[in-house]
Amino acid sequence: MSIGTSLDFFLFVAIALFAIGAIGAMTRKNMIVLLMCIELMLNAVNLMLVTFSTYYGNGDAQIFVFFTMVVAAAEATVGLSIIIMAYRNLKSIDIDMYNQLKN
Amino acid sequence: MPQDLTLILLLSFPLLGFAINGIFGKQLPKMVIGSIATVAVFASFLLATSLFSRLDGTTIVNLFNVLDFENLQINASFQIDALSIWMTLIITGVGSLIHLFSIGYMSHDEGFYKFFTYLNLFIFSMLILVLGSNYFVLFFGWEGVGMCSYLLISFHYNDAQKGIANSLAGRKAFIMNRIGDVGLLVALFMIIGQFNTLEYTKIGHLIESNKALTGGAMFFITLSLFIAATGKSAQIPLFSWLPDAMAGPTPVSALIHAATMVTAGIYLTVRSNFLFELAPFTQNIILYTGLATTLFAAFMALRQNDIKKVLAYSTVSQLGLMFVALGFGAYTVALFHVTTHAFFKALLFLGSGSVIHGMHEEQDIRKMGGLAKLMPITHFTFLIGTMAISGIPFLSGFFSKDEIMAQALHHNTFAYIVLVIAVTMTAVYMFRLYFLTFHGEFRGGDQLKSKVHESGPSMTLPLIILAILSIFGGLLNLPGLFFKNSAHWFDHFLSAGTFGLNHIHPVHLDFATSIQLMIFASIVALSVLIWAYLNYVKKGNIAKDDKDLNGWERLSAAKLFVDELYNVLIVNPILAISDFTGKIIDIKLLRNGVYALADGVLNSANISRKWQSGFLSSYLFWMVFGLIIFVAYYILKISVWH
Repeated sequence: MSIGTSLDFFLFVAIALFAIGAIGAMTRKNMIVLLMCIELMLNAVNLMLVTFSTYYGNGDAQIFVFFTMVVAAAEATVGLSIIIMAYRNLKSIDIDMYNQLKN
Repeated sequence: MPQDLTLILLLSFPLLGFAINGIFGKQLPKMVIGSIATVAVFASFLLATSLFSRLDGTTIVNLFNVLDFENLQINASFQIDALSIWMTLIITGVGSLIHLFSIGYMSHDEGFYKFFTYLNLFIFSMLILVLGSNYFVLFFGWEGVGMCSYLLISFHYNDAQKGIANSLAGRKAFIMNRIGDVGLLVALFMIIGQFNTLEYTKIGHLIESNKALTGGAMFFITLSLFIAATGKSAQIPLFSWLPDAMAGPTPVSALIHAATMVTAGIYLTVRSNFLFELAPFTQNIILYTGLATTLFAAFMALRQNDIKKVLAYSTVSQLGLMFVALGFGAYTVALFHVTTHAFFKALLFLGSGSVIHGMHEEQDIRKMGGLAKLMPITHFTFLIGTMAISGIPFLSGFFSKDEIMAQALHHNTFAYIVLVIAVTMTAVYMFRLYFLTFHGEFRGGDQLKSKVHESGPSMTLPLIILAILSIFGGLLNLPGLFFKNSAHWFDHFLSAGTFGLNHIHPVHLDFATSIQLMIFASIVALSVLIWAYLNYVKKGNIAKDDKDLNGWERLSAAKLFVDELYNVLIVNPILAISDFTGKIIDIKLLRNGVYALADGVLNSANISRKWQSGFLSSYLFWMVFGLIIFVAYYILKISVWH
């Protein structure tokens, strides 16, 4: 293995990244930040896939990562346009304002 | 016309009258309504006479199949024989007279069309009852007449003063009849279990071919049938509804509660004679029930002051007399009394109706008196009815009562003595009623006296016809000492034409005994007549006020406290149980239990509802939380394995 560091290190980074994303998604109110947090979580998963791929010497997962990236890009596009539409409705991008379906 | 077509027409005329009056009655004028109803019943009567004249053994007319099981078939079929046609003649004959009377009697009533609708429905149900060829059809008619009786007793349910009392009387009649109906249902099921059929003739043939069928089953079947009969025919213990049933209009009392429906129990027993013959113990029960009823009811009638109540207790007493005859196995004798009783009791009730109509709804005999001059036709016919029921010689009641007394004298001296007492009391209360109503001074005040009038021809004509029948009805079944050849015509006619009765013949006493019996009965009736005349007319005794009554009179006026006894023994305990189940079990247990369940669901829903806050971050939090729990669980599981 040419990485030089242990597997644990990469896994730790990936988990930390995912945790930051998840906690951010749970705590932040700004929709754009939320979108960014989701990107973080996606990338954490990507990193993990690449790590295992290299570790086991199997390239399938690296191909899969490209798909994830494409989906993430599309998701960001759709997400941003939803945010714009939402902003036009309520003049706010605070996620807690969008609880109209509750009642 | 063939017999089956005649029968179907006979049944459909009253039904047609019921339908026409029931549907279009509100739009039709009163004269048309009354005519339709009366003509419908009279047409049935004519068809019945045509069937009667062509009577030939037993004919069964099968209309259609009702229930079809593998080994049990129940058909809507009808039986034409001497018994059913005789009953049909009484029902339609007396029925059409009472319909005619009702046109006059009910002329001021708002529910005129409703009244005739119910009356026609009653006639139809009663015809179904007597013409059916099996117990199922009988049961159908049995329930039908019970319902019509209920509807007609509580006919004036919205009357300002007596509305509630009328409704309660109807309810009482219905509930007491229901107790009897349970007996009939039980009997029906036991008959199916025993014979696999409900057809009278088939059961009769099965019994004929297999004499081994005696014993316990027969006893219980006949006892259940008799319980049904006590309900409909107002015998102890189920008799107290009949006096209350007088709340209905008077023609109803005449038709349903004197002439026809209350004799359904006697019809049922006569029809089932082959069953009762195998159950001597039940016959004894019938005999003593009949004796007790006839005696106590006659006693209760002695000090009643309502003209209709006297007649009601008299009806109960006379029905008891018929059951005494049935208890001796003298079925034709019982039916002979049914016939004459239908004549004179319908006459008496219609006469009292005419009096009540003329007195402007006054029923208390203490306020009557001296009506003989004001209502001559009513007075004369009522006198004939009174003499017939009291057993004055050579009127119809004399002969039919004498037959029953003869049976009693032959079988059981104790029964004979009881009957003599009951018959004497009958004469006493009937002549008391007659003299207090029609003789002496008018006691209702001058204002009322000026308004009292004789009834119109539609009311007096039925009275006259019934009076003639009451005089000559005895000719149907003369005892052997007059006209040797035509004597006991009715006995022979019924025995020959009714299944089962051809084996059973009532005893006929020898010449000397019957003549002694008749002379004794005549002396009793005539001496009561003279005593009553001296007491009520010459001495001018009138009915006392309640507070002046002495011991036994008080007992009679209070109807032996039977209603109170039933209240204490049955009604109040049932009310207490209902109160308990209603207030404790229903409200405390069931309602609160259901409420607690609903509250529990609501509260738990309120708790879990909080999760769906609408805040995305909290959803995410719970999602991650759940994920962590799962992951932690599997990690723990794996680490424990290794």
